[in-house]
Amino acid sequence: MTDVMVSAEGVHKRFGHNEVLKGITLTVNRGQVMCLLGPSGSGKSTFLRCINHLEKINSGRLSVDGELVGYREANGKLYELHERDVARKRQEIGMVFQSFNLFPHMTALQNVTLAPIQVLGRRRDETEQRARELLDRVGLSDKYNAHPVSLSGGQQQRVAIARALAMDPKLMLFDEPTSALDPELVGEVLDVMRDLARSGMTMVVVTHEIGFAREVADTVVFMDGGVVVEAGPPAEVLGAPKHERTRAFLAKVL
Amino acid sequence: MADQSQLTPVASERPQDIRAVPVRRPGRWIAAFIVLACSASFVRFLIADSAMQWHVIGQYLFDSQVLNAVVRVFYLTVLSMLIGVILGVILAVMRLSPNPILKAASWLYIFFFRGTPLLVQIVFWYNISALFPAPHHLIDIGIPFGPALIHPNANVIITVFVAALAGLSFNEGAYMAEIVRAGIISVPEGQTEAAASLGMGRMQIMRRIVLPQAMRVILPPTGNELISMLKNTSLASVIGYAEIVYVTSDISAVNYKVIQLLIVGSIWYLALTSVAYVGQYFLERRVGQGFSRAQQITIKDRWLSLGRGRGGTLGR
Ligand SMILES: Nc1ncnc2c1ncn2[C@@H]1O[C@H](COP(=O)(O)OP(=O)(O)OP(=O)(O)O)[C@@H](O)[C@H]1O
Ligand SMILES: [Mg+2]
Repeated sequence: MTDVMVSAEGVHKRFGHNEVLKGITLTVNRGQVMCLLGPSGSGKSTFLRCINHLEKINSGRLSVDGELVGYREANGKLYELHERDVARKRQEIGMVFQSFNLFPHMTALQNVTLAPIQVLGRRRDETEQRARELLDRVGLSDKYNAHPVSLSGGQQQRVAIARALAMDPKLMLFDEPTSALDPELVGEVLDVMRDLARSGMTMVVVTHEIGFAREVADTVVFMDGGVVVEAGPPAEVLGAPKHERTRAFLAKVL
Repeated sequence: MADQSQLTPVASERPQDIRAVPVRRPGRWIAAFIVLACSASFVRFLIADSAMQWHVIGQYLFDSQVLNAVVRVFYLTVLSMLIGVILGVILAVMRLSPNPILKAASWLYIFFFRGTPLLVQIVFWYNISALFPAPHHLIDIGIPFGPALIHPNANVIITVFVAALAGLSFNEGAYMAEIVRAGIISVPEGQTEAAASLGMGRMQIMRRIVLPQAMRVILPPTGNELISMLKNTSLASVIGYAEIVYVTSDISAVNYKVIQLLIVGSIWYLALTSVAYVGQYFLERRVGQGFSRAQQITIKDRWLSLGRGRGGTLGR
């Protein structure tokens, strides 16, 4: 059974005259982990942001769980989705940012419960119970009431992951979740992500952690200059890259 | 991965504090002496010279007319500020919206209300009934270009109080709009994106994420605005609103104790300002939550540190 979660066909994205994505075609199957690698400026973040419509694509087709991102198709015509419907689709896609982006005026627990209560209209007591479980799961059982400033980067990122998981997403997007962390804190975040992958979550991860990609990814995609240079199982792309650009990049990051 | 958050007590023996002869600073002594001498002679002038007539000030300080005026100033300030802040938020959001009409409308509003004297605006609102046809000065309120639903009499609605309130709050809205806008754009875009990625709508993001964080930037200048507002209520005296300046100059017009009554008024303005200070202090502490690792400094700590700090500290 190959059940497709994310499907991109010839996705283009321009910022003014700067064409950042030049026809990205790839698929992510349900329950699988895809790692995106590539040099700075190759369009990895931009592609990730297109998936939950933080950026609008200029051409091509991009769909999540069988539904187009940002549009509705009827009678061969595309209709732009209302803001409300875009928001509804984003509820099902969790996103974790390089800079954490926790809400600084709220405690860890409030960060996690905010969206389920405000967006899904869930009951507070149940949501808080669930949030505590999630924080326990990411190893923060003693930090429920801490504000983000008083947490380390690794702890903040783990709260951010718990916050995204609280919405019960069917897809998780990670944009260099460990790049802003001190080396000794990287492991604790990768551990959480590894657990998540094992639990069957569909994940698209932009990362420079080759070891993580090798171990966890089902597919590794190497991007450069807005195109997919090479894609395949980690053993192929990382172990025996076919393209010169991939080899050069791997030589630099390893 | 249990995180050790408590500090474990370090070695029990503390090293000796340094004992050194402090640097002599004669300049400080001279400056302090000059300031003290000047203050002392000024205080002597105030107390000794019977010309001040302190008993007159004491007599009018709690005069019932004056007290009524103080209460009016308090209400006018609070209400105008409240309306001003609400208007400011609406105008700021309009100004930042992608809709060009809303943007332009907000810009024009700010342009007019900041660009004309407050005094003129207050007098304008007071006389607005002249714009509605005599003799009844009816205002048609209803659907624009459509039928009017109610026809209140402008002269009846626009009392001195309403004119003062309109003048002060509409003007304040323009200033608050700029303050709120600065606060909103001070919140990093990542916050909005994180909230959007959780499926929150624009209004929810504004209300739950952006505005609470913007408050930190908005509050200090708003405290300034509140204090200006307090004093600007005195402009309402020109349209005959019985606030502090109007009442005290009314009294001094009869008894010629001009200076004494100005001081009576000033004492009340200072008292009201002090209330604003205290309010601002506690509000700032509240919205500052989560923005600093340092424990919140209390007033008491600050005064204690005054006695301790040797070389003086930089910054806040
Ligand atoms: N909002 C924007 N407006 C204009 N240009 C943008 C915008 N966002 C990204 N770009 C440009 O798009 C290109 C790709 O950016 P992107 O952030 O996707 O790269 P990346 O692969 O994630 O790089 P990095 O590894 O440094 O994060 C860059 O040249 C960047 O300048
Ligand atoms: Mg990036």
